[in-house]
Amino acid sequence: MNIHEYQAKEIFRSYNVAVPNSKVAFSVDEAVDAAKELGSSVSVVKAQIHAGGRGNAGGVKIAKNTDEVRDYANEILGKTLVTHQTGPEGKEVKRLLVEEGCDIQNEYYLGLVLDRATSRVVMMGSEEGGTEIEEVAEETPEKIFKEVIDPVTGLTPFQARRLAFNLNIPDELLGKAVKFMMSLYQLFVEKDCSIAEINPLVTTGDGEVLALDAKLNFDDNALFRHKDIVEFRDLDEEDDKEIEASKHDLSYIALDGNIGCMVNGAGLAMATMDIIKHYGGEPANFLDVGGGATAEKVTEAFKIILSDDSVQGILVNIFGGIMKCDVIAEGVVEATKQVGLEIPLVVRLEGTNVELGKKILDESGLNITSADSMADGAEKIVSLVK
Amino acid sequence: MSVFINKDTKVIVQGITGGTALFHTKQMLEYGTQIVGGVTPKKGGTEVEGVPVFNTVDDAVQETGANASVVYVPAPFAADAIMEAVDAELDLVICITEHIPVMDMVKVKRYMEGKKTRLVGPNCPGVITPDECKIGIMPGYIHKKGHIGVVSRSGTLTYEAVHQLSEQGFGQSTAVGIGGDPVNGTDFIDSLKAFNEDPETHAVIMIGEIGGTAEEEAAEWVNDHMDKPVVGFIGGATAPPGKRMGHAGAIISGGKGTADEKIRVMNECGIKVAPTPSDMGDTMIEVLKENGLYDKCKTH
Repeated sequence: MNIHEYQAKEIFRSYNVAVPNSKVAFSVDEAVDAAKELGSSVSVVKAQIHAGGRGNAGGVKIAKNTDEVRDYANEILGKTLVTHQTGPEGKEVKRLLVEEGCDIQNEYYLGLVLDRATSRVVMMGSEEGGTEIEEVAEETPEKIFKEVIDPVTGLTPFQARRLAFNLNIPDELLGKAVKFMMSLYQLFVEKDCSIAEINPLVTTGDGEVLALDAKLNFDDNALFRHKDIVEFRDLDEEDDKEIEASKHDLSYIALDGNIGCMVNGAGLAMATMDIIKHYGGEPANFLDVGGGATAEKVTEAFKIILSDDSVQGILVNIFGGIMKCDVIAEGVVEATKQVGLEIPLVVRLEGTNVELGKKILDESGLNITSADSMADGAEKIVSLVK
Repeated sequence: MSVFINKDTKVIVQGITGGTALFHTKQMLEYGTQIVGGVTPKKGGTEVEGVPVFNTVDDAVQETGANASVVYVPAPFAADAIMEAVDAELDLVICITEHIPVMDMVKVKRYMEGKKTRLVGPNCPGVITPDECKIGIMPGYIHKKGHIGVVSRSGTLTYEAVHQLSEQGFGQSTAVGIGGDPVNGTDFIDSLKAFNEDPETHAVIMIGEIGGTAEEEAAEWVNDHMDKPVVGFIGGATAPPGKRMGHAGAIISGGKGTADEKIRVMNECGIKVAPTPSDMGDTMIEVLKENGLYDKCKTH
């Protein structure tokens, strides 16, 4: 799960991870009030969307007085920002963060992430703050320093010191930098984060170590023990169909193509998208109905696929193992009756009770094309939507 | 021979009184797996499906002589269940449970360091040695006894591969589902090593997907150490970056973990990669012919 920068900074404050004073604003007036309350000579007006690259897209502005705050808030609120992370359609800005400006001396990168190779959390730092860390990793990997963290001890002070020295953080700020890193690690673990990224982390003229930006992602599987984090969810930032799917415990991701897919199992669902593409089609979605799908779940899955206007045909690909093909077939028939299917539907069934399943589809009188293999199914649906 | 499990493997089911566990306990018993006990705290002394239930893994092991366990315990408690099995010094723990928090698995992996237990999973279909032992949730009947080793990050995609092999007359030595999570126990390399040492396995198919670099590392290992031909498939060539494709581990992040990169490295290391998921069986057959193993592997 993703949250906004201002929400991440709220969590930072609760863990004593230093951030500049700031306030969230949902309207231009609120933004101006926020700037007045902060009372700093310079304020930064920042668009709050779930995507990076806001600065380059005109979503971050520095205001020298409250009039400028009003102007910038007016300009940014309601604007659709297109960044390298939003996709071409962009994201509309509905919230702003108004933050006091600070006297930046140096910019750094600091991040925490799971390292899959070691099954440990790794803290990464670089002196090349403010730029894309992927670029730094690509072009100058020697400028990224890593500390692999033992979950028993957590990040140790010597590791934090070593990282701070490697980043050339001034000696007089060493203590603050170490405290910052240790608190950030504690937050990361206690809140089950999957990513924590601060870019930039800054040192200031008045001797502070501050998170100027804050990006936190959370492990969806751990949200059951973090009700406070779940409250930060902003449905405006998510795809309507994905929200609907999550209500029914379906794993769905919207894509740009026109062939809807319904599959059981994540690996098979990905492979189904791949084979559609292989035969010259474009998948409209990833959809895993899971291992224990019922007729109701299949119906819901159909409704979600069909709510996407760009879908011109559907491929159902089921390998019934524990899940029986006749149950799936009944679900498909029920769903098509309920939603009134008017586009081509190709169904490939394999596995337990496959003959019974095919019989149910054949006898339904519905316009369903049967396929004998994944390749056959993909070829058929691609030719039908062309 | 086979890898990890065989007809002598004695299994306990952790979380045996839950709905899913009960269903699969029945299926495993029908397949012929030696399910010797179950564990559910506070249900010790009872019996389900003719299997005695114990309060702790320790009790179950002491009473039954089990050497393996399968975990169906719900996600919030699954990590603890794995550690309980490790503490009881079982040879093998297979964790079926999905949606275990990553941070829990980081702790489990640390806890397992220096201990004897092998973990398979979590978030996996399990392990099956056809006609001998089935531990997990896979449909037993699609598997035929034979000489192809199967190792995969995905459940249904494994069934797809096994089905294609069985249909064309090529049985399997063992099929190992290593699971779709970013932190798991047994990995591709562990499985490939075991298949390499197993005299009954003559070729291996490894099925990977986007996310992480496990396939690349496995391919390098194959290049350096494997004596038997390996065929591959990678799911997710069309998956967009930054989106988790169902499995917690299936995500392209920071430009890493793409299917293209995995396929490139696998090809470089002499692994023939099936162009589509429908060609996994055919690609294996081609490779068997090239290596003069066709007749040796044709089982039915």
